[in-house]
Amino acid sequence: MGIINSISTNLISGNDKEVASYTKKAMDAGISAETILNDGLINGMNIIGDRFRDHEVFLPDVLMAAKAMYAGMELIKPVLIKSGISSRGKIVIGTIQGDLHDIGKNLVGIMLKGAGYEVIDLGHDVSPEKFVEAAKETGATIIGMSALLTTTMANMKEVVDILKNENLHGKIRTIIGGAPVSKQYASEIGVDRYSFDAGNAVDTVKELLGK
Amino acid sequence: METLMERLGRREILVSDGAIGSMLLSRGLPKTQYPESYNMSHTSVLTDIAKEYLEAGAEIIQTNTFGGSPLKLKNYSLEDKTDTINRIAVEAVRSAVADKAYISGSCGPSGKMLKPYGDVEPEEMYDSFHRQIFSLISAGVDVICIETMTDINEALSAIKAAKDISSTIPVMATMTFDPTPRGFFTIMGTDIPTAVRILSDAGADVIGSNCGNGIDNMIKIAEDFKAETEIPVMIQSNAGLPELKDGKIFYSETPEFMADKAAELAELDISIIGGCCGTTPAHIRAIRDKIDSLI
Repeated sequence: MGIINSISTNLISGNDKEVASYTKKAMDAGISAETILNDGLINGMNIIGDRFRDHEVFLPDVLMAAKAMYAGMELIKPVLIKSGISSRGKIVIGTIQGDLHDIGKNLVGIMLKGAGYEVIDLGHDVSPEKFVEAAKETGATIIGMSALLTTTMANMKEVVDILKNENLHGKIRTIIGGAPVSKQYASEIGVDRYSFDAGNAVDTVKELLGK
Repeated sequence: METLMERLGRREILVSDGAIGSMLLSRGLPKTQYPESYNMSHTSVLTDIAKEYLEAGAEIIQTNTFGGSPLKLKNYSLEDKTDTINRIAVEAVRSAVADKAYISGSCGPSGKMLKPYGDVEPEEMYDSFHRQIFSLISAGVDVICIETMTDINEALSAIKAAKDISSTIPVMATMTFDPTPRGFFTIMGTDIPTAVRILSDAGADVIGSNCGNGIDNMIKIAEDFKAETEIPVMIQSNAGLPELKDGKIFYSETPEFMADKAAELAELDISIIGGCCGTTPAHIRAIRDKIDSLI
């Protein structure tokens, strides 16, 4: 699989033009969009994600790799939609109200998209009501919340409270992440799961959705 | 009053203040409100906090302007208030400290990323810092403190803006590092030798580190800085990482613990020692007493 390998290696080095060019070549050679996605793009993102976790590479490398991933995604998206390959699941993500930090949240979005999930990114400073509304509107079954400040993490509990009030607790699952939060905090406020980094967020989503 | 740089030149150790955000919260800042927006409505609270740190023994007091750059204020549609927000913050501290402490104009990251990683042009970043720092200097700060930086190019942009506005204002520049198996790096991938070289080449008068995950790591970071430079080094550590206890957030490092570690920083010839997230006037008082006892 020379072409597929070239997609991965160019993605890892953040070369978006080459990723686009090899993706095209792969499509012309009759390789399925699913193979390009899983073995080329997602595989490359997984490798860069692991290297970031292990401090072998830094944020700029991940962001450039993500750009390269999108360059390839754009090309295969029409084929994926046409062939009816559905996404693995829908997830609403955002940084909680009062908090403007979105680097971590963006990384989670990148890794989830890279893993084949549909991500609805609400940005930063997202009110608890907006999280729930967006999940209801889009049919997302997971809400992922991020906080970097000890002062804003308390707002995460309100999302759980709204879900409980609307009888959606358990139907729409919740995951939290960010520097000040912990597994203990998640269980204290009734959130379903805690993720310690972007790679772990993907594992947690897989576990919650069973796929 | 002697200038900050004269005192640093005599190798004095100065104590700076601690956290502002948590102090604002304990005085009623709503959790969903942007700390800098408080400057206009609750100016006297800023003065009270500055007084507390002054009484605790801090000689460098920061303004509540960490998020006071127009790029950051834009998130709250407050960019038009850049000058007012920064000016009021300086005046509030000045009325508390008169000339008993140096006023340090805090200048934090824009929250945006420069191209190619983000969508901000270098000119836009520079203009944003220029607007904020111009207001801080016009309002009479004694020193500019560019802090919690992770992108060296963003830090450079702010240093350049400060130096372009005033060739005489001292500039302190501190970055936030994470421990990795290969040593300390910012999340953007800058290591300490690189940070030292680039920040000092840009003309920073004091360099160092703030925030982070506890004072033990800060001591190692301080050692790495001192191994690379003769420029005065500033260390402002968190009181550890935030933890949860009975539903409340607390930082585990006590004033006594941090004061003992501050003595180690003093031994390393660190010039300015203060606090970041989770530190209180009690921490600064303990550090002050410890430093005084060493002389």
